[in-house]
Amino acid sequence: MSIVTVQLGQCGNQIGFEVFDALFNDSHCPGGLCSKRENEAYQASCKERFFSEEENGVPVARAVLVDMERKVISQTLSKAARSGRWKYGQHSCFCQKQGSGNNWAYGYSVHGPRHKESIMNLIQKEVEKCDSLSGFFIIMSMAGGTGSGLGAFVTQNLQDQYSSALKMNHIIWPYGTGEVIVQNYNSILTLSHLYRSSDALLVHENDAVHKICAKLMNIKQISFCDINQVLAHQLGSVFQPTYSREGSFHYRRNPLGDLMENLVPHPEFKMLGVRNIPQMSENSLAYSTFTWAGLLKHLRQMLISNAKMEEGIDWQVRPPLSGLPPLGKMSVNKETHFNTSIANLVILRGKDVHSADVGAFKDPALYTSWLEPVHAFNVWKTQRAFRKYEKSAALVSNSQSLVKPLDMIVGKAWNMFASRAYLHQYTKFGIEEEDFLDSFTLLEQVIASYCNL
Amino acid sequence: MTQSVVVQVGQCGNQIGCCFWDLALREHAAVNKKGIYDEAISSFFRNVDTRVVGDGGNISKGKICSLKARAVLIDMEEGVVNEILQGPLRDVFDRTGSGLGTFLLKVLKDEFPEVYRFVTSIYPSGEDDVITSPYNSILAMKELNEHADCVLPIDNQSLFDIISKIDLMMNSGKLGAAIKPKSLVTSSTGVFKKRQEKPFDAMNNIVANLLLNLTSSARFEGSLNMDLNEIIMNLVPFPQLHYLVSSLTPLYTLADVNIPPRRLDQMFSDAFSKDHQLIRADPKHSLYLACALMVRGNVQISDLRRNIERLKPSLQFVSWNQEGWKTSLCSVPPVGHSHSLLALANNTCVKPTFIDLRERFIRLYKKKAHLHHYLQIEGMEESCFTEAVSSLSALIQEYNQLDATKSMPVEDLPRLNIAM
Repeated sequence: MSIVTVQLGQCGNQIGFEVFDALFNDSHCPGGLCSKRENEAYQASCKERFFSEEENGVPVARAVLVDMERKVISQTLSKAARSGRWKYGQHSCFCQKQGSGNNWAYGYSVHGPRHKESIMNLIQKEVEKCDSLSGFFIIMSMAGGTGSGLGAFVTQNLQDQYSSALKMNHIIWPYGTGEVIVQNYNSILTLSHLYRSSDALLVHENDAVHKICAKLMNIKQISFCDINQVLAHQLGSVFQPTYSREGSFHYRRNPLGDLMENLVPHPEFKMLGVRNIPQMSENSLAYSTFTWAGLLKHLRQMLISNAKMEEGIDWQVRPPLSGLPPLGKMSVNKETHFNTSIANLVILRGKDVHSADVGAFKDPALYTSWLEPVHAFNVWKTQRAFRKYEKSAALVSNSQSLVKPLDMIVGKAWNMFASRAYLHQYTKFGIEEEDFLDSFTLLEQVIASYCNL
Repeated sequence: MTQSVVVQVGQCGNQIGCCFWDLALREHAAVNKKGIYDEAISSFFRNVDTRVVGDGGNISKGKICSLKARAVLIDMEEGVVNEILQGPLRDVFDRTGSGLGTFLLKVLKDEFPEVYRFVTSIYPSGEDDVITSPYNSILAMKELNEHADCVLPIDNQSLFDIISKIDLMMNSGKLGAAIKPKSLVTSSTGVFKKRQEKPFDAMNNIVANLLLNLTSSARFEGSLNMDLNEIIMNLVPFPQLHYLVSSLTPLYTLADVNIPPRRLDQMFSDAFSKDHQLIRADPKHSLYLACALMVRGNVQISDLRRNIERLKPSLQFVSWNQEGWKTSLCSVPPVGHSHSLLALANNTCVKPTFIDLRERFIRLYKKKAHLHHYLQIEGMEESCFTEAVSSLSALIQEYNQLDATKSMPVEDLPRLNIAM
């Protein structure tokens, strides 16, 4: 089954390129520590999900590119074409000339309705190229105007038009300081709208990925390209093919469906995060060896101590004693708090993958009490290695780890809202104070729900 | 990307405009090697086949034929556009610029309500030879208050001080030979049609560079683009508070190509120093409502973030906008530079300029000096003056109220309570 990706705004398009590039390069990586036949099956599965065939044999990404001004899409198209190995469809783009001005209201209320038909037509064309549609992967930022506002509008329309297809929104959480001044307004409007129309929100925080670049990848002058490449690597390790069942060597057909089934048991809890181990510069890779036991131990501790990378993990944080409820409800202000999960998915790739022991993730103490661990935890595997990593593990979680960032954004937006600053820019385009209040209410509800796990 | 129309009014406006178009051509020539009429150049120029008469001559793609500036030049005297008069009358606030220029604002607002109106205004300095400039200024301010979306005030004295500073650095011998002539923010080295050097060229070049940097991220590629409408969205929290203090750094670059991070960081520090502001203002000791940093050249997001973290503690932001930063990264540096920074601050440090303006107005108006020249024009009445000064007073009061919050502790407001 195939996934249609919708790339929105500068952020969405810049990331989208890196994602397809990472997926393609990995699937054409020679070796992969498995047989030729295995490799071919992997490649074919990846292709079915993400690429369609062009006439002269060059794979075309199953993607629709949308932006309200031209520069980024032009760059994205030419970068892909230059690689010579894959490209975007010539007619898969929708551009305008004037941008959204970082204004969520403009993206949602002006661009959305104005260009709805053209954009939905493009998506329809891409859907028709699929034999069978698994769902939509929508890449967007929360802070800007196009990704956030138009992204929310498009997602809503996808829900209306393709009610049986799944939608996963990949959201970029902006840096805490220094990107866009109205980012907190744009973020709360985006999140509240997506919560109503999307099936799952997969979040990447710029601050976290930036730290990975600095500490693990040892990059001196970090650019957005570096950040996007790390991000794409993490997404690739989630979305590349894995076996459909323990013992089977057939690749699973419906990645989005399976992700949703494993990770989003309840519509009140849709926020997902990704962790990946090991993550390092390619130079260091040659000198490192790992064991599954070591990788999984670190990954588990990253989960429960809410660390986003394998350096600086707080080993003091422990799950509460088995069988007993966690000590006290989560307060957003507590420093080292145990991160309770609703559901977790571990994805293992590489050598001796069948010998990896994931028992520690099945500990009921990790989870909230209303789901049995057998339902809350799943593991996917393939012995085909991912990129140059002999062994790698990814963890997708539905847990409390996004509560603190969410709370911070809501707090800052609330303070600004109380002063009425910038509101005239939104009311000008039909987003009124009530819409803001509705958003605040919904998000406070989400925060409370996660805190009470 | 967006296209902009430049409206140049009066002697000052047209002189600056001339410098601007020279530098704009120089900038695009440096980037556009193949002579193709591309998106970037279309933001300021039309491409015209001069053999064809009328509208049919516009060419939207292909090779550059003949470039026509998207500009409207307005003046009440014929000679000014073609030759520049010597003399002190160069403010926007002379008879033509301030009156006609600000009248135009209202016309543009009525005709094109959806299009943003950015105004660079030259404010009169302390030493001003035009006796009635306070009247002109106050009347113009009222129009700017009501009909401009965003105003970048600039004063001659600051421009002059900046020039002096550059001259001092160059002549001190310390850096002399190491400075590349093209890299001076004041220089027009490398332009195509070398006009005769005029006295205010160096100062006008600074303003011209301001305009180029303001629009660079809309014209050229970068990892974090910023269009003009984003400037307004992020820097104007309330409609009346739309005055932005600007600063350009570096004023020159040294010949040394490899920029160590320390020098890069110096560029950021300088942007906040009062010596680099284009009006007399000290943003560091006043209150920020919002700040934009538009970076050009080989600077990455980590450099930007590092400097914001470093400088934040020494700056005061209003309580509801503690992280009030808007940033952009454009890959293409200005001609002769490897990197540059334009900082735009919505800061209460503009207040003294306005208070000063009001003071000088009151001194003159109290005695009704020269008033009859204005009142004999049809449509002008005393109420125009009183309305104008009260509009300015209201604006000053807004800034006062904000300043009053400066030393108050920042508290988080109680949040919505959700019943579970």
